[in-house]
Amino acid sequence: MTEPVAVIGVGMHPWGKWGRNFVGYGLTAARAALDDAGVAWSDIDFVVGGETVRNGYGGYVAGSTMARALGWNGARVATCYAACASGSAAIEAARTRILAGLCDLALVVGADTTPKGFLAPNAGERWDDPDWLRFRLIGATNPAFFGMYARRRMDLYGADPADFAMVKVKNARHGLHNPNARYRGEVTAEEVAASPVVCDPLRLLDICATSDGAAAVVLSSIDTARRLGRGDVRIRAVSTVTPRFPNTALDLPDIATDSAASVAAPDQGFRPSIASAAYEEAGVGPDDLSLAEVYDLSTALELDWYEDIGLCAPGEAEKLLHAGDTTLGGRIPVNPSGGLACFGEAVPAQAIAQVCEVTWQLRGQAGARQVEGAQVGLTINQGLFGHGSCVILSR
Amino acid sequence: MTEAAPVIDGWFTTDSQPALIGRRCPECGTYQFPPTGEWCPNPACLSAVMVDTPLSRRGRVWSYTDAQYKPPPPFVAATEPFEPFAIAAVELRPENIVILGQVASGYGVADLHVGAEVELVIEPIDGSRALVWKWRPCGD
Repeated sequence: MTEPVAVIGVGMHPWGKWGRNFVGYGLTAARAALDDAGVAWSDIDFVVGGETVRNGYGGYVAGSTMARALGWNGARVATCYAACASGSAAIEAARTRILAGLCDLALVVGADTTPKGFLAPNAGERWDDPDWLRFRLIGATNPAFFGMYARRRMDLYGADPADFAMVKVKNARHGLHNPNARYRGEVTAEEVAASPVVCDPLRLLDICATSDGAAAVVLSSIDTARRLGRGDVRIRAVSTVTPRFPNTALDLPDIATDSAASVAAPDQGFRPSIASAAYEEAGVGPDDLSLAEVYDLSTALELDWYEDIGLCAPGEAEKLLHAGDTTLGGRIPVNPSGGLACFGEAVPAQAIAQVCEVTWQLRGQAGARQVEGAQVGLTINQGLFGHGSCVILSR
Repeated sequence: MTEAAPVIDGWFTTDSQPALIGRRCPECGTYQFPPTGEWCPNPACLSAVMVDTPLSRRGRVWSYTDAQYKPPPPFVAATEPFEPFAIAAVELRPENIVILGQVASGYGVADLHVGAEVELVIEPIDGSRALVWKWRPCGD
């Protein structure tokens, strides 16, 4: 087991389609997290940003962009890019620096402004960029990959689009009272079924939107947290693992998998291996979880995550859903925040937002969406090009 | 009029029995697609040589979907107004690799299921003369 670090402050800028500069959102989230921690910006000695690739140079150097916005204070700085896993990579940079004794108080910020519609690759003729090529040669958008994963659940496990709609209904209900969520309204199964198909079998309401938003956390050593009287919530593990060769599940944005012609595929696929590494580091297992925040880029993908984090065996996720186990009040509520279904994705902020939610849950500050007596929470996610992202927190 | 040519060089042949061109490691036998790798991706193999090789022309569907909305650029639609098309990820043996492609025109998700046999064909990628590989259901 690894020594924990403390989450002493969390803050967010509400998700939406505000159309403003991402720096302003980040500043709001950072100041909220500093206030929550009760520490001054001048005391932060490491600031790390989750990079955004759609907001020019300021986004490429998000850490220093945030430091400048807060007012240069001489802190050490870093910026992390790991696609959708950028937030947890940034958290990991802060955690490891704290555990190494190289920093006392770290601020982690992720903020994004997203374009309307499908996320598209960067402009230009980029014949050596697999992300560009999958659009140019095939027209394979992100939802096309989500559609293929959903279709496998149907053809292999007998899942039905009505099961996927039920995930949306659940998450919409969870997010009703979340002040940071973009969509706060009940959604019925009939409304999901009546929304247009985007990538068969998934409909518009099965797929998460892209959003503007920002999230921030302040981390410290346990000793520093105790001194500040804020040692309640601890990060027990961060898993940023890569796949093991050969990775035989088709992952975004690749046109092909690894070949398993000469080396057999590992017993455990990439997604389950992300959670396994975190469980091992934290010294806990799926049965210890009080809640989980999983990356529901699509409704069907949330069901994949149930299995990948060990809540049930492959093919059993629909049963867990129908039994109400993953609904607030159930055995292991999943996405009590409302998930991406209610937020939409703000790439470099999303994994940090997951950690904010688990922190509020563990503190008992989640209001109408509170998981009673929450003790241990897990966040999980996966970034393009082989980035694992899993954080385990406990009281 | 210029002759129809692949939209990208070296990824597939366009003869009467077209095939994707992958690479194979002469030391450990690992395959790779697209054929751009200059070293073996197997971490237990240190080979710095990968040899172009045609891949199996038939495979079985790993999964499939379609695009009901026009993808953003650099995608170029074959027709205006946009007509939906299907996409399949296909598992090839003995290469043990899954490769994505559009489904041949005239076929949709109703013609597919996980495990269905498909065959590689070459078709125009858009309204131009450029060609790309697609997967055509064998109708098993």
